[in-house]
Amino acid sequence: MYQYNDTDQTLVDQRVAQFRRQTESFLKGDISDDQFRALRLMNGVYIQTHAPMLRIAGPYGLLNSRQFRKLAHIARTYDKNYCHFTTRQNVQFNWPQLEKIPDILEELASVQMHAIQTSGNCLRNTSSDHLAGVCIDEIEDPRPYCEIIRQWTTLHPEFAYLPRKFKIAVSGAKLDRAATQFHDIGLHLVNNDAGEVGFRVLVGGGLGRTPIIGQVIKPYLEKKHLLSYLEAILRIYNLFGRRDNKYKARIKILVKESGLEKFSELVEKEWLLIRDNLELDSNYITTIKAQFAPPAYETDAAQDTRFAQHQLENQAFATWVKYNTADHKVPGYRAVFLSLKAPDSPPGDITDMQLDAVADLADLYSFGEIRSTHRQNLIFADVKQADLFVLWQQLDILKLATANIGTATDMICCPGLDFCSLANAGSIGIAKEINAALDDLDYIHDIGEIKINMSGCMNGCAHQSVGHIGILGVDKKGAEWYQLTLGGSSENEAAIGERLGPAVAKDQVTQAITTILDVYIKHRLDDESFLNMVKRVGINPFKEQVYANN
Amino acid sequence: MQIIKDKQIVDDSWSYVADDAELKDGDISVSLARWKKDKQQLLKSTNKVGVRIGPADSVEDIAADLKDIPLIELDFPAFADGRIFSHAWLLRGRYHYQDEIRATGHFMPDQVFYLSRVGVNAFSLEKTEDLPAALSTLNDFSVNYQKSIC
Repeated sequence: MYQYNDTDQTLVDQRVAQFRRQTESFLKGDISDDQFRALRLMNGVYIQTHAPMLRIAGPYGLLNSRQFRKLAHIARTYDKNYCHFTTRQNVQFNWPQLEKIPDILEELASVQMHAIQTSGNCLRNTSSDHLAGVCIDEIEDPRPYCEIIRQWTTLHPEFAYLPRKFKIAVSGAKLDRAATQFHDIGLHLVNNDAGEVGFRVLVGGGLGRTPIIGQVIKPYLEKKHLLSYLEAILRIYNLFGRRDNKYKARIKILVKESGLEKFSELVEKEWLLIRDNLELDSNYITTIKAQFAPPAYETDAAQDTRFAQHQLENQAFATWVKYNTADHKVPGYRAVFLSLKAPDSPPGDITDMQLDAVADLADLYSFGEIRSTHRQNLIFADVKQADLFVLWQQLDILKLATANIGTATDMICCPGLDFCSLANAGSIGIAKEINAALDDLDYIHDIGEIKINMSGCMNGCAHQSVGHIGILGVDKKGAEWYQLTLGGSSENEAAIGERLGPAVAKDQVTQAITTILDVYIKHRLDDESFLNMVKRVGINPFKEQVYANN
Repeated sequence: MQIIKDKQIVDDSWSYVADDAELKDGDISVSLARWKKDKQQLLKSTNKVGVRIGPADSVEDIAADLKDIPLIELDFPAFADGRIFSHAWLLRGRYHYQDEIRATGHFMPDQVFYLSRVGVNAFSLEKTEDLPAALSTLNDFSVNYQKSIC
């Protein structure tokens, strides 16, 4: 994984000093609320319902054990002994004190972490495939390009005051696990006809209030032109994106209102003027790539026979392997998901003790690295099959081995009304209720792959519009109601969920979800997945049952 | 009135003449609209005449005249209007403007560093007492990932 050089470390250290000065000025009353808001957001600091919230960048989801121990220390020292992993591979603390945040940032800088541009109307943390570098369907490892983009976006002087936030995701595999079609810019590593690898560039995708699937603006971009092409898109957006209405300010609206053709023309014209001066040096790419070289895999890892034996002897272990591990490109290794969706814990939350323990396990079993996923779980990417049984036992003690990855209880959930000042409705409580109703793991496994995403407001932080089942909290005359959608997907065949019908009352949500699942079980064909069944039959069979009593 | 120019706090003699006001003696700046309307008259003036550009203006509109303009003011109606940053970049990077680019209007001292990196070399702050602090922000960072333009 990428290690900071002197430039990286100096920049992050100086950013901490800058924010310390800005915070002190604000606390003395020298900077207005409005001005400090812009400055603090670009350092990840929100003001929430109860306290400030600090969002820390997980660069394309990649962290190490030392950083995890630091997060544990921060959770203990500055927060209430836990933190929260987000859908964009970042980490949030919900209870820090504003005046302590510069100290927290200084602690983070000591382990090569920061909160730069994790919020605000600027270039955000770049996200990527959580199985990058280890998956079996990869065209090329996207992480070096993520790092190149991280450096380019960090403190970019021209694009710090954009019309609205701007998110970039990079995928290097055949299956898009990074939701590139729902980002302001999505980059997909692809082969051209000559077999060379470059980028397919998508633009104008996004979730939130107006979910839109991104469109291909450049079917193939040579790697050396990556930054010039990004700069061209950003300059056109910065100059022409709407600033009169924040709900129409994302690039997706600019692309939609001007039309892809006209927007592409503007970008192309700009790009041709700048591309020769911004070519990526191949030595630079090589240097960055070297930082993502594969770890020292053991060549005889596949010769182990205990793994197969343990699966035969222990059904619970076999089930965990089936749901919570993924194929690895190196024989004898698997990627392991650590479920942050234990039934009694808010989705994505992890305690200081768990953080420390995970760091130790990462050191023992996965080269000291930990990844965060788009569905708010963690991954040990490089575990020998011979180690899986003992790892499973230890994760089980830590309550990180719930065998529910990709299933109904692997819900994405925003903090909702419990923490967020934007929310219209609670989400954590509903997640808990659904979890309680779905407490039979065999039933969950029978349902199989399903993505349930729940957001407490239209801003859609939990990506409900691309959930196979989406749940959206809305306010109706002071009461919490929930709109349901079916059939969304953020993967290759991207789709925005269709609304099932009128919103349901808070005490009816769990019933509605279990009804939907029952309809699926009754009407599915053979091993047809939930999403495929919704595509086949549409929403009516579900609608009839959910609203049967009204 | 003092401003920051080329990393120094200096006295300033320029004044902006609103579109509905009479032209006056001394170094003045006018809006892009007025420049376009009265260009011939302004070019004949013995005064130095600069042009003030707002975020919604197009820098391209004035590209051909830049050789005759000793000062471009980039005027912030609100600090969050980031179009100004691209205007500055275009003036320096695309049209190779060599004279003074000055930020005016409602911007923050904490934006001076980024502005300097896209080619702005003079800063007229809302509050002159902020000048020393704004000047010191130019030293906030000793390293950068992107090329600066100046």
